[in-house]
Amino acid sequence: MSPAINPPSYPSQQELRNAPGYPSQKRLEKGPVVAIECIEEIPCNPCEQACPQHAITIGEPITNCPHLDEDKCIGCGLCVSQCPGLAIFLIDLTHSQGSASVAFPHEYLPLPKEGQTVRAVNRAGEPICSATVVRVQNPKTNGQTPVVTVAMPRKYATEVRGILRAQGGKKNGG
Amino acid sequence: MREVDLAVVGAGPAGLTAAIEGAKRGYSTVVLDMNPRPGGQLIKQIHKFFGSREHRAGTRGIEIADTLFYEAASAGVEVIVEAEVYAIHDSTLEVVVQTFAEDSLILPSEEATTSRSRPLSIAARRIVLATGGAENALSFAGWTLPGVMGAGAAQTMINLWRVLPGERILMVGAGNVGLIVSYQLMQAGGEVVAVIEATPRIGGYGVHAAKIRRAGIPILTSHTIVSASGESRVERAVIAKVDASWEIVPGSEQELEVDTICIAVGLYPNARLASLAGCELHYFPGLGGWIPVHNSRMETTVSGIYVAGDLSGVEEASTALEEGRLAGICAAASLGKERAGDHDEIKAIEGRLLGLRSGPFCQHRQDAKQELIGIGEAQCPQQ
Amino acid sequence: MRVVHHPILGNLPEVQQVRIWVDGKEIAARKGEPIAAAIAAAGIKIHRHTTKREEPRGIFCGIGQCTDCVMVVNGVPNVRTCITPVTEGMTVETQHGAGRGGR
Ligand SMILES: Cc1cc2nc3c(=O)[nH]c(=O)nc-3n(C[C@H](O)[C@H](O)[C@H](O)COP(=O)(O)OP(=O)(O)OC[C@H]3O[C@@H](n4cnc5c(N)ncnc54)[C@H](O)[C@@H]3O)c2cc1C
Ligand code: SF4
Ligand code: SF4
Ligand code: FES
Repeated sequence: MSPAINPPSYPSQQELRNAPGYPSQKRLEKGPVVAIECIEEIPCNPCEQACPQHAITIGEPITNCPHLDEDKCIGCGLCVSQCPGLAIFLIDLTHSQGSASVAFPHEYLPLPKEGQTVRAVNRAGEPICSATVVRVQNPKTNGQTPVVTVAMPRKYATEVRGILRAQGGKKNGG
Repeated sequence: MREVDLAVVGAGPAGLTAAIEGAKRGYSTVVLDMNPRPGGQLIKQIHKFFGSREHRAGTRGIEIADTLFYEAASAGVEVIVEAEVYAIHDSTLEVVVQTFAEDSLILPSEEATTSRSRPLSIAARRIVLATGGAENALSFAGWTLPGVMGAGAAQTMINLWRVLPGERILMVGAGNVGLIVSYQLMQAGGEVVAVIEATPRIGGYGVHAAKIRRAGIPILTSHTIVSASGESRVERAVIAKVDASWEIVPGSEQELEVDTICIAVGLYPNARLASLAGCELHYFPGLGGWIPVHNSRMETTVSGIYVAGDLSGVEEASTALEEGRLAGICAAASLGKERAGDHDEIKAIEGRLLGLRSGPFCQHRQDAKQELIGIGEAQCPQQ
Repeated sequence: MRVVHHPILGNLPEVQQVRIWVDGKEIAARKGEPIAAAIAAAGIKIHRHTTKREEPRGIFCGIGQCTDCVMVVNGVPNVRTCITPVTEGMTVETQHGAGRGGR
């Protein structure tokens, strides 16, 4: 039988710390770096090819978990939009004095605007703090996966993984 | 009656790659598909695919469908849409071509007729069946009410036809299909109220589940649907917890206000046509159900009929692409002109299939396929 | 409801409109789309009523495999509306049992 994941259905801090794609606290403190929250052996590897610095390795077989060479990662964020699992986040603890930034893929409408204040959510989708939208990037190379960067107090940076979406039915209608 | 070297049923990834291999080798090749657009399941997959670069991972399914169709057309494959094959006997395919639209995407090369449907018989020297899979149903009180539909149907509606079938949706099943379609319903502006799953664990990939969770959608494991009700359409659903012996835990019932219930409890191989053609079937629960027995060349127990893709075991687009290629090469090779590189190409495909069927999620498919091919080697015609 | 804006697919492209009549009511459809999509966009969910118990049915598979979605189209019963494209002036009726049309 194939394996299956347990509720709550997103990785715990403990699981992430043990995963080969998650950076150390020391590296996080130094500046922008990615957190790869992909901890199952699934047949997938676009992240490996996405990184020009060769900081991500999967190798053979294709079911290996992605391994991050945290010293090679320069925090350029190119890999974030290329992961079909939307499982890569760019974290910058040095964004400014006291604040950090987190960049994540956001494939929903409407897109937030730069400078806007939004509610940031954790892995369970619960709003945990308010955040400011720093950047919304969607160049052609992203293949329709916009990447949103938000800034918030540093202590939330390892928890924030998205923003509250607009609610109500008519947002995609005419 | 038309005569072709190779006729392929199904224009999904498996059928199109099989046809490309046939046409590339100089054989007259036709693909028939009952849907108005070629691409099979891919035409509604708007997410970026998993897999490796050779399988165009990171590319959205719809784009893969377009590229494949383009490749097939430029290789000289004739693709006939709105053409349902309803019988196969003595290497002849009986087809009914619907021509409702005045300008179907691709009209048969013969005269375009204005009649609503017309029969077409095609005699083929080799046949590849790539009819894909169909969604399992689930019965519960009220399951036939309008508003209860397969997750695939909802996906077709939102992504292909751009119509939201409902506004508040309950997803039943937390495998990859349930998780992906839930995500896509949200992208289309729908509100997914919950994803429920009868087993204690989530069957799909963790990364898909994580996407759903951070959008604030609960995934309730050990939960089943008890009933759907409403005045001639779905207005509410009752869900409840189940215990280890699948019994409903008394008092755990919850009523949810929803207008749509999507069922995502797995696919089974669409083997009706294969069975009509006389192919022997064997039951493999790990691959989705009754599957045409085939050998390592993808040939069934009926000489000259090959299978590929979800029909020969419900898997993924990546494996369907490889199996289609394999079936196409082998069918073409059996027509006489084996090409110099064929042998190496077959070995390379087998290697890639082995890679795709490894790891904790996929190894069980390798084991089942091995067993199936073992049976096939003994029962299928020898060259 | 039409999905006019979409984060991946972009805005709904303009296409020629086609008029169809569903149980006598005029509905604007998009050229090339199947009947099932046009009537879903108009908020119609019931395609037919079963023979014995007159139970309502709507779409189930959406790809031509289950026959739950059949209606009477241009007077012809049992037409699978999920794979049959609309054409100008087409008449579509809710099907009763094996073939009778009308409401
Ligand atoms: C929600 C969802 C998400 C998925 N995500 C992924 C993913 O991320 N990565 C991945 O690799 N795979 C994914 N898949 C799986 C993948 O789409 C399928 O495995 C693949 O499409 C199977 O290809 P196929 O060619 O065998 O069949 P299909 O794509 O199903 O094509 C079969 C075709 O045959 C036609 N047909 C059937 N019977 C007849 C007949 N009698 N006459 C004429 N035509 C007929 C049908 O109309 C259809 O077009 C996903 C599937 C679903 C449902
Ligand atoms: S952020 Fe840039 S350098 Fe770091 S892993 Fe991603 S692509 Fe490579
Ligand atoms: S691309 Fe994303 S989902 Fe695929 S292996 Fe890399 S991190 Fe995991
Ligand atoms: S909904 Fe199944 S045939 Fe149309």
